[in-house]
Amino acid sequence: MLDDGRPLFQQIAQQVADGVVAGTFPEGAQVPSTTELAVLHRINPATVGKGLALLVADDVLHKRRGLGMFVSEGARERLVARRRTELAATYVRPLVEEARSLGLELDDVHRLIDQLDQEGLR
Amino acid sequence: MSTTTAARSGPAVRVRGASRRFAGTAALDDVTLDVPRDRVCGLLGRNGAGKTTLLSLLAGHDRPDAGTVEVLGEQPFENPRAAGTSLLVRDDQRYPDDFHLAHVLRVGPLFHPAWDAALAAEVVERFRIPAKPPVKKFSRGQRSALGVLLGLAARAPVTILDEPTLGLDATARAHFRELLVREMSEHPRTVVLSTHLVDEMEGALDRVLVLDRGRLVLDADVDEARERAHVVLGPAEAVERATAGSRTLASRRVGGFAEVVLEGPATAAATRSAGAAGLQVRPAGLQELVAALGAGDPPSPEAAVTAPAPSATTVSGASR
Repeated sequence: MLDDGRPLFQQIAQQVADGVVAGTFPEGAQVPSTTELAVLHRINPATVGKGLALLVADDVLHKRRGLGMFVSEGARERLVARRRTELAATYVRPLVEEARSLGLELDDVHRLIDQLDQEGLR
Repeated sequence: MSTTTAARSGPAVRVRGASRRFAGTAALDDVTLDVPRDRVCGLLGRNGAGKTTLLSLLAGHDRPDAGTVEVLGEQPFENPRAAGTSLLVRDDQRYPDDFHLAHVLRVGPLFHPAWDAALAAEVVERFRIPAKPPVKKFSRGQRSALGVLLGLAARAPVTILDEPTLGLDATARAHFRELLVREMSEHPRTVVLSTHLVDEMEGALDRVLVLDRGRLVLDADVDEARERAHVVLGPAEAVERATAGSRTLASRRVGGFAEVVLEGPATAAATRSAGAAGLQVRPAGLQELVAALGAGDPPSPEAAVTAPAPSATTVSGASR
């Protein structure tokens, strides 16, 4: 579940952001409360609060006094745009590095990607 | 000190230069720390490190030989004004001989004005605390479950739990963590708990305190603690070359390989050059850090005598 070595508050933020990108939490929808997230993951409410604060700072979420946290307008689009720019660093570079260390050329990597495509990766 | 501002603001617990000696041996040695309000603070360290001694001072069950301890602005030892603000549930909590679960449920509210009977009933059910046998016949885990009941249902402003998960099964431990974080969101209060289950409890903690041989060796936010050490693993000679001059917290060799835990975060430059030398570098987890902090050699022959023998409940080694 949670624990990829990064601080837990960052993992919480990532997980809620994943939900926004996936459409689990559409724009304007309410996200789970601090208490719900804390109990669900059995982690400290202050840590959850810190994670949600990251998303508020990024304008992914906004607070409505007394009601809770809601997904901001345009949040999904902004997250997707940012993740697209990060794709090279977070996925492509490690892929190429690993391929090189195995003695594969870039052409081989391209072929693998085409192959996945033909096999009908969604 | 009467009702000062310290009673309403400032840290929940303030310890300054506290020492406690037993038969000439320092169980606590010049400890200074604050515990912030409404946070869960984990007290970690090896058996014999001084955890129970510190918790007893916080609860006013004992007093320091030197230094001061304040809980919500009051010195807790033999102080009627401090009574009721804190609750210590000991790992070896004693109950009267003929006590049954029903007695604990009846007596709890008399001593703790904020006692929540519904929460107590929930703990009984979730932890399957039996009603029939007298408490003195309880298993280790059942006694811990009863301690969790007391500790949580009392809703004391400062709740002190000495190894609350001792002997609890995996299901009960998950219930404990869930109830603890739920209580912290719905009824925030200050909790100080000692544990050896570092990995498992890490997520429920805000702060960590680590004691070793009576001295405070770490006092940090949980997130901060992740930056306090890193691990270098690889062929022994290469590790030695790469880590020469760094402050080593713990090291071990297995065959031609060495794994060392070094103080501080891994710098990007060090990680790159270590990577180039075929070494693995990664941040130390909290459990590794705590194990490393307890791995040091005794600084003096006197301390060697007091150093605890490893036991089954000691935090295991640095491997993952």
